[in-house]
Amino acid sequence: MSTVARKKSLIWDYLTTVDHKKIAILYLIAGGFFFLVGGLEALFIRIQLAKPNNDFLVGGLYNQVLTMHGTTMIFLAAMPLVFAMMNAVVPIQIGARDVAFPFLNALGFWLFFFGGVFLNCSWFLGGAPDAGWTSYASLSLESPGHGIDFYVLGLQISGFGTLIGGINFLVTIINMRAPGMTYMRMPMFTWATFVTSALILFAFPPLTVGLIFMMMDRLFGGNFYHPAAGGNTIIWEHLFWIFGHPEVYILVLPAFGIFSEIFATFSRKRLFGYSSMVFATVLIGFLGFMVWAHHMFTVGMGPIANAIFAVATMAIAVPTGIKIFNWLFTMWGGNIRFTTPMMYAVAFIPSFVMGGVTGVMNAAAAADYQYHDSYFVVAHFHYVIVGGVVFALLAGAHYWWPKMFGKMLNETLGKITFWLFFIGFHLTFFIQHFLGLMGMPRRVFTYLPGQGFETGNMISTVGAFFMAAATIVLLINVIVTSVKGQKAEADAWGDGRTLEWAVASPPPEYNFAQTPLVRGLDAYWIEKMEGKKGLTPAEPLGDIHMPNSSILPFVISLGLFIAAFGFMYRTEASWGLAVGIIGLLITLGSMFLRSVIDDHGFHIHKEEVLEAEKGVKA
Amino acid sequence: MANQTNTGNPHVDLAYRRKKNAEEMKHQVISFVLMIALTLIAFFAVGYNEFSHWFSVPFILLLAIVQVAFQLYYFMHMSHKGHELPSLFIYGGVLVAFVTVWAFMTVVWW
Repeated sequence: MSTVARKKSLIWDYLTTVDHKKIAILYLIAGGFFFLVGGLEALFIRIQLAKPNNDFLVGGLYNQVLTMHGTTMIFLAAMPLVFAMMNAVVPIQIGARDVAFPFLNALGFWLFFFGGVFLNCSWFLGGAPDAGWTSYASLSLESPGHGIDFYVLGLQISGFGTLIGGINFLVTIINMRAPGMTYMRMPMFTWATFVTSALILFAFPPLTVGLIFMMMDRLFGGNFYHPAAGGNTIIWEHLFWIFGHPEVYILVLPAFGIFSEIFATFSRKRLFGYSSMVFATVLIGFLGFMVWAHHMFTVGMGPIANAIFAVATMAIAVPTGIKIFNWLFTMWGGNIRFTTPMMYAVAFIPSFVMGGVTGVMNAAAAADYQYHDSYFVVAHFHYVIVGGVVFALLAGAHYWWPKMFGKMLNETLGKITFWLFFIGFHLTFFIQHFLGLMGMPRRVFTYLPGQGFETGNMISTVGAFFMAAATIVLLINVIVTSVKGQKAEADAWGDGRTLEWAVASPPPEYNFAQTPLVRGLDAYWIEKMEGKKGLTPAEPLGDIHMPNSSILPFVISLGLFIAAFGFMYRTEASWGLAVGIIGLLITLGSMFLRSVIDDHGFHIHKEEVLEAEKGVKA
Repeated sequence: MANQTNTGNPHVDLAYRRKKNAEEMKHQVISFVLMIALTLIAFFAVGYNEFSHWFSVPFILLLAIVQVAFQLYYFMHMSHKGHELPSLFIYGGVLVAFVTVWAFMTVVWW
């Protein structure tokens, strides 16, 4: 099939694509959209809390907005944006032409997308989930209406997508590295992706089990969490946090990876202590599974369990500290350029360290009895998640934007975004430490005047509007750039070290005309230092085998989306069961089609590759 | 996978592979016999009335672990080269699952 014959409409192209670069863009758009939705919910929360006795969002509605803010930001914004970065960069960083399972990659995206849409349908169908993003069992089982059902089914669907994505990246990184790309030559972001994917592999099954139990209890008359019927409500808390704690490392390890790339690039130095960075990443991933119960100190597990989990938690500060010092030493003596990504990276260090310090404070079990369920905890986790993950995602978006879209984002607007966001972030959350210490409880929709909470809350709300303004500037930047941005070079920042900067921006469909030979860490930098223009090829130029695009991932996910509606309304609507079964038949039918249709993909011929490469060089 | 080393000389290769396969076969037969024996011992442990359940249940579990190891290492070739990563992930998963179950046994249902 020739390139001309494969031209199709833009929308159909994206619906059927199995190309990791296009899937990255899909993840970026969908994740970005949910980030805006979650941000809007955050603004509503802050407006409600701006003054005492406010009635902007009262009681139940506030609980829904609060729950959806947390759920959306973690599952539907942060996770897919992390996947956007991983999809855009990792296959190219290891010198591969695509991920190991391109079809599964698309399936992972569409499952996440339909899960997220399903969750947000709840707004229009009788109310959103309202038991907090942790959805503790006794509370969520009592919740009237279908809100929690949307939570359970929506997260189940998007969780499958995440699990599929994680397995895909594990296989990709293990099997598809270019010749010479040994484990200890992999870029730090690839290492972070590798460990993150392993965490996804082990952390999402407990969530799946917990959600299935809750689905049984809510929809099919089960009693897993009903104490009166012999169940145990604490099991949900454990299952949730066995997933939930690794989840925060699933988010923050890629953030560390992104910053490691940025520090090295804009200090024009090799990452300091590369092997200790790898060691620290693996150790954080390992310890991440040993600490979940520090979210449950006040449950009453007893002093021994609390002490064990407290000590294990504090141990994580050690590998994290190693990383912080390595980043500082990477900058030390470097030729530093303060580009937008670098400004986020530099701001990340003090912000994240503050979140880490309050983390160790929370880890002290006895002290946690005071902090628990107060704004101190809210301040803590926003410092690590916004100060770590969101800064990294914004930095990564600016850093890899030219690689993904072929145009440089405007640096001036980028820096305005940074300053607005940085100031707004600290304005919003720093004061919340003190609100918490003064006794303001979290998840409560209002407070009374005269308790000393007024000023702090007002400052916090003002800060939230700074972050909103930053997001608007970012959107303007994106629009202006896509209309008349300056075209990006292959090595867009001029100091690229890793393989992705050696291919055109945006890269051709096949990434590398010839698989490169990797001769060390920072493979592209090595070639540049030896005065070469491109990479050393590891194979002669030849036909390139590519996977065919397919609509099936979309249809499989759509089937589950329909089935979820059917089973949710099964008991109250006559069409419920039928729709549920039809949905499952769509899913299973398209899986069957995928199994029986022989799809051998197609080849891009050598001549076409030569033609395309000439176009790039010219 | 990794045991198909080629020297380029077909005669040497054939002899080498013959020897290697014979060795492999010997291992498989030995572990097969051992597994049958372990199964018989398990039946015996249950059938023999002198053993209390407090002995036979953990004992059978122990035999089961040994059998799984035989299965993985001799029949599914985990003893060969090139299986370092699968074994890392298997043991990682076992560890996480063990910690979970252990915590549930000690903290939730103490």
